[in-house]
Amino acid sequence: MRALTWHGKHDVRVDTVDDPEILNPRDAIIKITSTAICGSDLHLYDGYIPTMQAGDILGHEFMGEVVETGPTSTLKKGQRVVVPFTIACGSCYHCGKHQYSACDNGNPADNQDIGQELYGQPMSGLFGYSHMTGGYAGGQAEYVRVPFSDVGPIVIPDGIEDDKVLFLSDILPTGWQAAENAGIEPGDTVAVWGCGPVGLFAVQSAFLMGAERVIAIDHFPHRLDLAKRFGAETINFEESATYEALMEMTGGIGPDAVIDAVGLEAHGFFVDNVIDQIKKSTFLGTDRTHSIRQAIVACRKGGRVSMPAVYGGLVDKFPLGAFMEKGLTLKTGQTSVQHYMPALLNAIIEDKIDTTFLISHRMALEDAPKGYQMFHDNQNDVTKVVLKPDFAAGTVA
Amino acid sequence: MSDTDSQAIVHDDAPLSTSKHPNDAVDRATTELLEAKGDTLIGRTVTINRPRAELFAYWRNFTNLSSFMDNIVSVDVRDAKTSHWVVKAPGGKTVEWDAVITEEKDGETIAWASTEGADVPNSGRIDFRDAGARGTIVTATIVYDPPAGVVGKVIAKLFQREPAIQARRDLRRFKQLMETGEIATASRTRKQLEEEKA
Repeated sequence: MRALTWHGKHDVRVDTVDDPEILNPRDAIIKITSTAICGSDLHLYDGYIPTMQAGDILGHEFMGEVVETGPTSTLKKGQRVVVPFTIACGSCYHCGKHQYSACDNGNPADNQDIGQELYGQPMSGLFGYSHMTGGYAGGQAEYVRVPFSDVGPIVIPDGIEDDKVLFLSDILPTGWQAAENAGIEPGDTVAVWGCGPVGLFAVQSAFLMGAERVIAIDHFPHRLDLAKRFGAETINFEESATYEALMEMTGGIGPDAVIDAVGLEAHGFFVDNVIDQIKKSTFLGTDRTHSIRQAIVACRKGGRVSMPAVYGGLVDKFPLGAFMEKGLTLKTGQTSVQHYMPALLNAIIEDKIDTTFLISHRMALEDAPKGYQMFHDNQNDVTKVVLKPDFAAGTVA
Repeated sequence: MSDTDSQAIVHDDAPLSTSKHPNDAVDRATTELLEAKGDTLIGRTVTINRPRAELFAYWRNFTNLSSFMDNIVSVDVRDAKTSHWVVKAPGGKTVEWDAVITEEKDGETIAWASTEGADVPNSGRIDFRDAGARGTIVTATIVYDPPAGVVGKVIAKLFQREPAIQARRDLRRFKQLMETGEIATASRTRKQLEEEKA
């Protein structure tokens, strides 16, 4: 099959590789019909994520058609499914509590060692996202092997096009969980740092959860426009001073809840630095935590901090004093996609949530390297690239 | 103050395998828990969301162990008490020993010790304890005599056949198999899966 493979910094290629096979009873093989490039794929593209290996297949936002099933898969050939980016078993203690992204078993045993050393406990498995989170082949390919297919994939009813439901795989539930983690109460003002897909879906979700005002912060005018379309007020941090603006816009109180949807982009973490107790304070920068620091300082007393943004290592100059003195609460984590999928699919079917506005480019899988480059170079206009394995090379829609 | 008082050491409740005084820990482990078969103590614990009796029964059938212990080449059960073990070692070699069950409590404990002439003398115990809504806590405690001492341990670590690493991975695979009915793999093809297990 053809697949987008990682070879190093700014070096991704479409290669011919062996087709996936059913290896475990609960597996299914999915023929990909749509697969998106995620903002977090750019972390891989920029070479910031450790434990990548040449030839790794990327992609963790994908959907397609079931073409083969293991003996205990509950899927049927021909069904259309969206696959969550987190690989969860459904049977461990954490899955029982619907904390799917904390699943004990989704990550192969050998790959759990790194997480244990870095974070104290191993992380769950993720598709196409380094060997620390499993080393699973991703979905920017013609086919993908999906483990625990009886738990993860959600079946899409006929007549609903891919574009409408593809983002159930990651960014829509991630934006939703971000808003949920902000503990929004009716009448709240919520500030969202970052108008990437997760930030924009968090804006949408915050309003659906009863926020009276949402203030979106970014520096890309087009992305701020998108936030405005959902009713958000905007702050362009290249034009206005964010903290001062937030204080003035909230009558000197500060937002009731703040959401950091920016994360480590542009300031990577390196596994050596984290492990090496001597180097850790020297090598890890502080600027990359700018958004979370600012969010904590701006948040009102007794307010809530939600952090869907991805962080990997240690931080310096974390405003722990402000955090304590103001009595804030922080909630964060990888998304428990499986928990949110059914309700969000219903919201899409009932037209309460529309995600199609986000897609700026549809391209052939064969042109994926160009898609990565475009997304990397022009984040103002390129809001989302969706790859289609059945498009002929050069097709753009 | 009497002599005994001044010499009394108050121990905490943490497992011996986490002791900062390894020699003392091995001494205590081999008086209290295990037969003395070496100077290296390892311990690993995992919580498995299944009933204690089910986990014990699966483990007690030693021929099952190779399904999740990647380093086992074969376990030959000779009679109710003895078995013969062939295990992978660094550099494509194997090591062998006979093991005798030294203690068994149904549903709770299996302890063993290697017999004379073992390539790697070892003894150990697996304890199963109820953990309420979380299932069962399974603890492996092992002492062994590493071949070629410290150098051997470094080499084993290099080849990822170091028992402390292996024990943790084995228990995780046991958990996966018991909780999900399969052992998670990131392989894409059968060929890759075979290479991974080799």
